[in-house]
Amino acid sequence: MGRLEVDLCGITLSNPVIPASGTFGFGYEFAEIFDINKLGTFSFKGTTKESRFGNPTPRIAECTAGMINSVGLQNPGVEKVISEELPKLKKCFNKPVMANVSGFSVDDYAYTCEKLDKEEQVGWLEVNISCPNVHNGGMSFGTNPNSASEVVKAVKKVTTKPVIVKLSPNVTDIVSIAKACEDAGADGISLINTLLGMRIDLKTKKPVIANTMGGFSGPAIFPVALRMVYQVAKAVNIPVVGMGGVSSAEDVIEMMLAGATAVEVGAANLINPTASLEIINNLESTMDKYNINNLKDIIGGV
Amino acid sequence: MKDSVFEIYENFPLTDDVFQMKLTGDVSDITTPGQFINIKIDSLYLRRPISVCGKDENSVTIIYKVVGKGTEILSKMQKGEKLSVLTGLGNGYDTSLSGETPLLIGGGVGVPPLYLLAKELIKQNKKVSVILGFNKKSEVFYENEFKKLGCDVSVTTVDGSYGIKGFVTNAIKNGYSYFYTCGPEPMLKAVYKSTDTSGQFSFEERMGCGFGACMGCSCKTITGYKRICKDGPVLKKEEILWED
Repeated sequence: MGRLEVDLCGITLSNPVIPASGTFGFGYEFAEIFDINKLGTFSFKGTTKESRFGNPTPRIAECTAGMINSVGLQNPGVEKVISEELPKLKKCFNKPVMANVSGFSVDDYAYTCEKLDKEEQVGWLEVNISCPNVHNGGMSFGTNPNSASEVVKAVKKVTTKPVIVKLSPNVTDIVSIAKACEDAGADGISLINTLLGMRIDLKTKKPVIANTMGGFSGPAIFPVALRMVYQVAKAVNIPVVGMGGVSSAEDVIEMMLAGATAVEVGAANLINPTASLEIINNLESTMDKYNINNLKDIIGGV
Repeated sequence: MKDSVFEIYENFPLTDDVFQMKLTGDVSDITTPGQFINIKIDSLYLRRPISVCGKDENSVTIIYKVVGKGTEILSKMQKGEKLSVLTGLGNGYDTSLSGETPLLIGGGVGVPPLYLLAKELIKQNKKVSVILGFNKKSEVFYENEFKKLGCDVSVTTVDGSYGIKGFVTNAIKNGYSYFYTCGPEPMLKAVYKSTDTSGQFSFEERMGCGFGACMGCSCKTITGYKRICKDGPVLKKEEILWED
């Protein structure tokens, strides 16, 4: 057993670092510049039943220590993901991948998950009930324990793969949503998705983002994410995947001490395409510095 | 794409707010005119994408206008300072379609990528005409540089203080075999309407990553959704779908 190995819902990860959905495409752009098999795994671009263009541009705004995005789940739709993206991925990635799924109705989620369930390379389904950038879908399922529970139940019926539910921080009580997902049969919880944010351009006196608001991510949100991971991990008995502003090996260790079994890295990949690899490469020396022998042993240590 | 450290070799103003910077480093991934580089500035979160104006064995030249915080910081940087740069981004112009007498049309800071393109086309023995458009005389740059390459150069200014009065479209003359353009979107639209051959347009969009991962800069085209940073920034006339 390596010092970095963790078990996520019955599948061993060689290290806990997972590039987050929407920041890593379907992997092959990054495979041009490093061996993506060095990752624990990664969560691929949020996939929906139908193909989507997403929101109008500008979709990106800069912030202090972070950024806002309002992409709006642009993706080619689950059929094309299976017929075009996954075969390309298979050529450069030989580990189980995390399939990120979004939808606009309970049936949508079930449809997409059922399709992806049949794909051999899909190890986990990460069910995103927290996208802040689409109306009547995404986040609206994740802000209410009942609708969150409905999505999880429907998805669990159509798959035998571990279901990890990705939660929104844009709620008053994230613990109640996490518990509802656990009760409905979720195998894991991942959090946090982006915080709803906004910027205004002083020259035009208009919002920078065409869709007015978007999801705020980057190092600025790390303390909020860490706090929520801590709260949720204390309250549930299923693995928690922590994310939100993670940019260094130190951040990964903090997330694990707060209760995360694995850690997703998001915006950092967009600024520095080798960010996730650098974090992995720095993990052992950082563990040595803080007298940590084995990462598994520190999960939820606080 | 390559992620490497470059050193500033020179950085000086061409006009009141337009600067030229030469950076030394590994330029092996810059293969085509019309590509861009993405520069990390320490105190800011997102990188700044800027088109490539020139290159030699170990340096790349960019020309940028000070429009906000990032370009302001860049403009104050000194020779010897280092920058993290992603190189080899974007598809660039396809020179194989130019024909014998290509026309290059640039507006403002849309001019720089056309310089490397002109250099390449002249190397291929093409007879290159260039139209450079600016608002006024004090904004004009690179007229002589294009002349030195051997291009036939026309300059237009909106207020008529230099060259031909009006827009770049006022200077288009028949006889070109193909065209290449880069500039603000209203100019691109006008060029689209005023040209009677096929051509290639370089677009600008606010980007997250600059290398195709985030889908921040997508646009709709006749041939499907394209990411300006990865499938562009250059689109062919036939695939453009104007949205407004």
